[in-house]
Amino acid sequence: MATIGQIATRPLRAERHGERSFASIAFLVALWLALAFAVLCLVTLLVTSFVDGVQRLDSNLFTQYSSQVRPETGGARAAIWGTLWVIGLTAVLAIPLGIAAAVYLEEFADPTRWYNRLVEVNLQNLAAVPAIVYGMLTAGLALTIGLRRGVVLAGGIALALLILPVIIITTREALRAVPAEIRQGSLALGATRLKTVWKQSLPSAVPGVATGTILALSRALGEAAPLLLLGAVVFVRFDPDGLMSGFTTMPVQIFNWAGQPQVEFRELAAAAIIVLLGMLLLMNAVAIVIRNRYQRRW
Amino acid sequence: MVALAGASLLSVAVTVGIVLALLLPALSFFREVSLTEFLFGTRWTPRFTGQESYGVLPLITGTAWTTVIGLLVAIPFGLGAAVYLAEYAPWRVRKVLKPVLEVLAGVPSVVYGFFALTFVAPFVLNDLLGLDVGTFSVLSAGIVLGIMIIPTVASLSEDAMSAVPDSLRQGSLALGANKMRTTLRVVFPAAISGIAASIVLALSRAVGETMIVALAAGTQARMVGSPTEFGQTMTGFIAQTATGESTPGTLSYNTLFAVGLLLFVITFVINLISIRLVRKFREAY
Amino acid sequence: MTSTETTTAPTTRTPAGGGGALADNGARPRVVAQDDNSRYLPDMPIPVIECEGVDIYYGGFRAVHDVSMVYGQNEITAMIGPSGCGKSTVLRCLNRMNDLIPGARVAGRISYRGQDMYGSDVDPIEVRRRIGMVFQKPNPFPKSIYDNIAYGPRVTGMKVESMDDLVEQALRGAALWDEVKDKLKQSAYGLSGGQQQRLCIARTIAVRPEVILMDEPCSALDPIATARIEDLMEDLRKDFTIIIVTHNMQQAARVADRTAFFTAQAAEGTGDRTGQLVEFDLTTKIFSNPADKRTEDYISGRFG
Ligand SMILES: Nc1ncnc2c1ncn2[C@@H]1O[C@H](COP(=O)(O)OP(=O)(O)OP(=O)(O)O)[C@@H](O)[C@H]1O
Ligand SMILES: [Mg+2]
Repeated sequence: MATIGQIATRPLRAERHGERSFASIAFLVALWLALAFAVLCLVTLLVTSFVDGVQRLDSNLFTQYSSQVRPETGGARAAIWGTLWVIGLTAVLAIPLGIAAAVYLEEFADPTRWYNRLVEVNLQNLAAVPAIVYGMLTAGLALTIGLRRGVVLAGGIALALLILPVIIITTREALRAVPAEIRQGSLALGATRLKTVWKQSLPSAVPGVATGTILALSRALGEAAPLLLLGAVVFVRFDPDGLMSGFTTMPVQIFNWAGQPQVEFRELAAAAIIVLLGMLLLMNAVAIVIRNRYQRRW
Repeated sequence: MVALAGASLLSVAVTVGIVLALLLPALSFFREVSLTEFLFGTRWTPRFTGQESYGVLPLITGTAWTTVIGLLVAIPFGLGAAVYLAEYAPWRVRKVLKPVLEVLAGVPSVVYGFFALTFVAPFVLNDLLGLDVGTFSVLSAGIVLGIMIIPTVASLSEDAMSAVPDSLRQGSLALGANKMRTTLRVVFPAAISGIAASIVLALSRAVGETMIVALAAGTQARMVGSPTEFGQTMTGFIAQTATGESTPGTLSYNTLFAVGLLLFVITFVINLISIRLVRKFREAY
Repeated sequence: MTSTETTTAPTTRTPAGGGGALADNGARPRVVAQDDNSRYLPDMPIPVIECEGVDIYYGGFRAVHDVSMVYGQNEITAMIGPSGCGKSTVLRCLNRMNDLIPGARVAGRISYRGQDMYGSDVDPIEVRRRIGMVFQKPNPFPKSIYDNIAYGPRVTGMKVESMDDLVEQALRGAALWDEVKDKLKQSAYGLSGGQQQRLCIARTIAVRPEVILMDEPCSALDPIATARIEDLMEDLRKDFTIIIVTHNMQQAARVADRTAFFTAQAAEGTGDRTGQLVEFDLTTKIFSNPADKRTEDYISGRFG
């Protein structure tokens, strides 16, 4: 190979502005630390809750009611049942409404119309309204229609309203991901738009809708603030038996126990936290399985 | 079809409902307490029979302290994590770390509150850092609040930076800029409105967060002067007072809604700003 | 003011054998060419970058095999060939932009002025500062025109006496000054595609590289904008070494001093198509009298 006129040049090294300069490395280390901090917090949070609560993770926790006087044998039975009732009702209320609204907005609404745009902006706004405000809304609503506040029905309504915007937004995203050809194919065969949505778009969007819905429900599962406004009674000593029954839920129960001065209550709270996190983990695992199993490639 | 449209109109009805539900009791409140006293009074003692005072400023200082401390934690750590994930993390690392952030985001806030109360305040702040804080302080509530919103900042900022076209990074690297400068001077500015939106959203969550501050900030309203003091926030007041028996129509019940209305107005304004920013960010490229 | 007077960096960096000296040297053989592109060219280029037995892999896939060629100082070297034959791949390896693709790997030796470009003590950042690149699609930063130009000098720690002068010189060098001198503070996104591409060239020459790599710089542009860029390259050659990938054979014939023709050959067994260098010679030779049958087929349009 010819090498005429080869000129000795400075070495190909960059000092201050290079990839291995002090500033670059310090920057990367700082980024690492930021991430490590977040991970460390999560780990610490999980470990401390576990250590605090593990010895109270006994059968009493599941079979006994909370007791003001004997915390060492008390349990979260009423809260567990209350949670199941309220979240069940939340799902029943929020899922159909959320999907219906999403289908309308995504498949039928003309986005240039002012009222549809209003709905859009409104949704974005609602998604960021503090949870506790939904409790105040429901309290006001209950007062207007003459409903007792601290009942399962009111709790379900509050949480359903809270997660409705989330369900609508995720369902719309899932519908938007369904390719236009699927829709057009059906329309070309003479199906009505409603039928197309029902038979084609929605079934194709099920995985996305399901994951979004489960994640929204898991948010409701962990939410206590709006229920406080409804005066969800704390030392409930019965299982809820209907929509008009009084109730408490796990997060509310944890809030109450955590605020008590006795150490036994704190242990109880930690044990309940383990159960609550277990429930959330289960829901998230289901969501991930659905997402992975049904994730389609068009 | 009509039913579908009705469902989406429900969302508007919810907003109207919120406004009415807050406004009506708040109006009765303001018939008894003047707006000036409410907004500028520095004593908040609605439950001291005989010497009730309805100045909301103590609650606002509580909220301001926890929010500012929360953002001081969430912004650097959240942005650091976002920059690492968007620009530096190898694909595999990213695949592991993003779910970790999602889990962090999915932990209920009452759990964070418990963490602040039983671990951060007594162990980290008192024993480890030797700070003179009691069980309750805006510092411990704020720090944990910040930890809770790290994932919000991180994942939205990461989205914004990932949306910056690769051609810009290549253009910068091809000029001999290193990765740090490419990140700080090209990617970051290009994603700035999305990043700003994530911070504004974090702000709105910090202002509206209830359970952490109700558990860890304190139960008594006072003008908070330093981070190691305890204090009550707007949401903390609502949560702690509502757990008691409050009868609709009474002044103490209406007080909740006056504070709720103020909270709603503040977060509403913050949300409008954030929607603006997101829209701008979509138009950028 | 012409670009020769303003961008003096290469002359200062390479005191011996600069472009000016070369053009004055009447002893060099004159290349016979039909157009006014003609100038004296040595038989052997003065090497700025050399490839010796270069193989390039993407993971397990060998995209390019056994490329050996020289890119001459103050010359324009064109790389042509059918789609997928590895032109961009080779080009990206010449300033280590290929490092950014996960799994990309280079075997063989690529040297810049005799130094192994892939040596362990080499910082790719410095390689890219000296060997700039212009991309297929114009990619100005979402900043003002001024800041687009000033960006490179700022981030590479160049000592600059007057940034305003440097910006002006770079824009003049890229024949863009007259069009933008009144709107330097405006966003670069307000420019037309052709202007944006010239801005990218200006941005590149602002850091005073020695070599400019261009990957199909005109393929997103209309014929008029293309002609302007071609004229510009003619000017830039006085100060820079230019390596261009193009699909447009007329363009290669018009602007390039030397041309390398690549093709992709299916490997036996695997069926992977691996790019290889077929012929590398003076452009006039390649287009008038190619040595290889495959080159002839390609340039006469008998081959896709
Ligand atoms: N990032 C990459 N990862 C994996 N393989 C790649 C990558 N880039 C290119 N290749 C492969 O390397 C081979 C050469 O690609 P290259 O882009 O260099 O061709 P080219 O000659 O520039 O083609 P064109 O004229 O279409 O631009 C192709 O087979 C291509 O599939
Ligand atoms: Mg190419």
